[in-house]
Amino acid sequence: MNPSRRSPLTWAVHLSVLLLVLLWTLPTAGLLISSLRDKDQLAVSGWWTALSSSSRNAVVRAPSAEDQVERDGKFVISGNLLEGRGEVSAFGFSSREPTKFKPGETAELNDGERLTVQSDGSFEIVSDQRMEGSRGQRIFFTATTPPRFTLDNYAEVLSAAGIGRSFLNSLTVAVPSTVIPILIAAFAAYALAWMPFPGRAVLLAVVVGLLVVPLQMSLIPLLQLYNGVGAFFGVSAKTYMGIWLAHTGFGLPLAIYLLRNYMAGLPREIMESARVDGASDFDIFVKIILPLSFPALASFAIFQFLWTWNDLLVAIVFLGAGDDKLVLTGRLVNLLGSRGGNWEILTASAFITIVVPLIVFFALQRYLVRGLLAGSVKGG
Amino acid sequence: MEQLIAAILTMVAGVLVCAAYFWSTNLVLDWIFPSKGKFGAVASRNLRIANSIRPWLFLAPALLALTLYLVYPVVQSVWLSLHGRGGQNFVGLSNYSWMINDGEFRQSIFNNFLWLLVVPALSTFFGLIIAALTDRIWWGNIAKTLIFMPMAISFVGAAVIWKFIYDYRAAGSEQIGLLNAIVVALGGEPQAWITLPFWNNFFLMVILIWIQTGFAMVILSAALRGIPEETIEAAVIDGANGWQIFFKIMVPQIWGTIAVVWTTITILVLKVFDIVLAMTNGQWQSQVLANLMFDWMFRGGGDFGRGAAIAVVIMILVVPIMIWNIRNATRESGGH
Repeated sequence: MNPSRRSPLTWAVHLSVLLLVLLWTLPTAGLLISSLRDKDQLAVSGWWTALSSSSRNAVVRAPSAEDQVERDGKFVISGNLLEGRGEVSAFGFSSREPTKFKPGETAELNDGERLTVQSDGSFEIVSDQRMEGSRGQRIFFTATTPPRFTLDNYAEVLSAAGIGRSFLNSLTVAVPSTVIPILIAAFAAYALAWMPFPGRAVLLAVVVGLLVVPLQMSLIPLLQLYNGVGAFFGVSAKTYMGIWLAHTGFGLPLAIYLLRNYMAGLPREIMESARVDGASDFDIFVKIILPLSFPALASFAIFQFLWTWNDLLVAIVFLGAGDDKLVLTGRLVNLLGSRGGNWEILTASAFITIVVPLIVFFALQRYLVRGLLAGSVKGG
Repeated sequence: MEQLIAAILTMVAGVLVCAAYFWSTNLVLDWIFPSKGKFGAVASRNLRIANSIRPWLFLAPALLALTLYLVYPVVQSVWLSLHGRGGQNFVGLSNYSWMINDGEFRQSIFNNFLWLLVVPALSTFFGLIIAALTDRIWWGNIAKTLIFMPMAISFVGAAVIWKFIYDYRAAGSEQIGLLNAIVVALGGEPQAWITLPFWNNFFLMVILIWIQTGFAMVILSAALRGIPEETIEAAVIDGANGWQIFFKIMVPQIWGTIAVVWTTITILVLKVFDIVLAMTNGQWQSQVLANLMFDWMFRGGGDFGRGAAIAVVIMILVVPIMIWNIRNATRESGGH
């Protein structure tokens, strides 16, 4: 390519990548921005308008005559319409003309009282005589509210919607389900990589085959099995132990496959020299292979954690949909059904469910990529 | 909080039990067949026996778990699919004949094939394009990270994100869904996108493509970097332009990887469940096999026979890919 053609082409590449990146990040950005917006604003305007002001019409009743104070021989009731946010653009004292006056002007009320509203929302009702009556004056006004960001939505879902509880449940499911398979798979992977025995190739083929077995095949038989075991021991069939073991079983093919591929790539000389020194297979595995395999172990752990945290199907089948055992994904599906229109609840809940995987993703992306490259069956 | 502590304790206990199992069985094996301290024939015989048993000790827990959680269920599902609701009385192939005549099943099969056609193709296509483009710019790695990010998001979380984009408000009121806002800004009528029969399938597919493109991109990007420089240099010398180099020189060299990405996503598509459940729950003709199976398992009155039959259909669709994978893997490890 000659230089004169290179420049516009490079620009096109930059622009199209930028466009694609925007396409891929905007949905998540929209969710995050929305979850931080005031819920009244969220319901009436798109999240892309979050930085512009919105205007609203409202009515406030001033304090009653009891609160009047005497100042310079006049009687005054004062207060603020806006509680410190926004700006009044017009006001009035009757519902027929709610925007008759501009801020700073003085409105003559019917009984000789005078109402002044400033643009910051502070108002004064001044009268020459002592005011009477138990009900305060109604003040109509139009206010522009600046964009408002708040953590209220998060406070609400964490306390009321059961998200906090589900967060703990998800952790309870995901952490042991990630750790338990690792050791089991590591031993099996070592045997498949470095210990000669009849049937090794067949076993490896079986593991590769099991990699793609749909989870759906396992659900009904295992549910029946769990029900049987639960009834036999007189305990519930839906326990954390049950789901940990299920996740362990479902995660094993990938774990064995990943680890075997990695271990098979380790140099043969290390093992042979250790064997010459009289080390047994067990010693070699524990002292040499396991520490060397750390990157592969980390890759699998990240995969398994993301998968168990994000899983919905296994959780609702083996843990049930009971309120106290619902994991985050299950809770989110329930909220979609019951609070489908309350976007302030949904967006905040959704962000809480995805924040842990996102942290794991950004912190450990390197291992994730490495695992992906090793985990997909290489073609050709 | 207590349950989390209990979970961590169980986890530690589980790891310790595993470690103790491997350590103690190994010790017992060496005690029964000692090779150290013995001489000649006895030592070598004991060593040979111990070495032929040890792999199976290492493999035993994994084999047990694989058998119980994957092999047995596959066999049992096939058996159950030939039986009635509760799994007791044998009904032959009637679950399958019911299936063929069931409108919802045919709808699901049709939709599943739509998904199979569209999602792997578009994910791979976008992944390939993005991988090729980001390799040429200095901020390519940042772009890749951002496009890869949806991989970490659960299907349900993604469903909420996209439901917000597809959100519909009656014409005239301000749209808070991005898609309808764009449509209205361009002068169109707002639509309740996920309730439009047939087309809603594509709106659901977008979610999976959004998630899976990152996966395709990562794998294909590595493959593109593995292409030998000389082939590209030779093409440049021969006067090939950018398009020709990409499509005629680079893409043919990574066909194998493209096939791997394609099949991996295909398998994922066959199992897609969460997205449909969260977005439409199969309404408005958007049903797919995995969600239909879930329906029959629980909400359809718990008909395990029909549920298992649907699972078997999903399995049959996976089998060709499974065989292809096994053949690739054995050919690869043949040299080892």
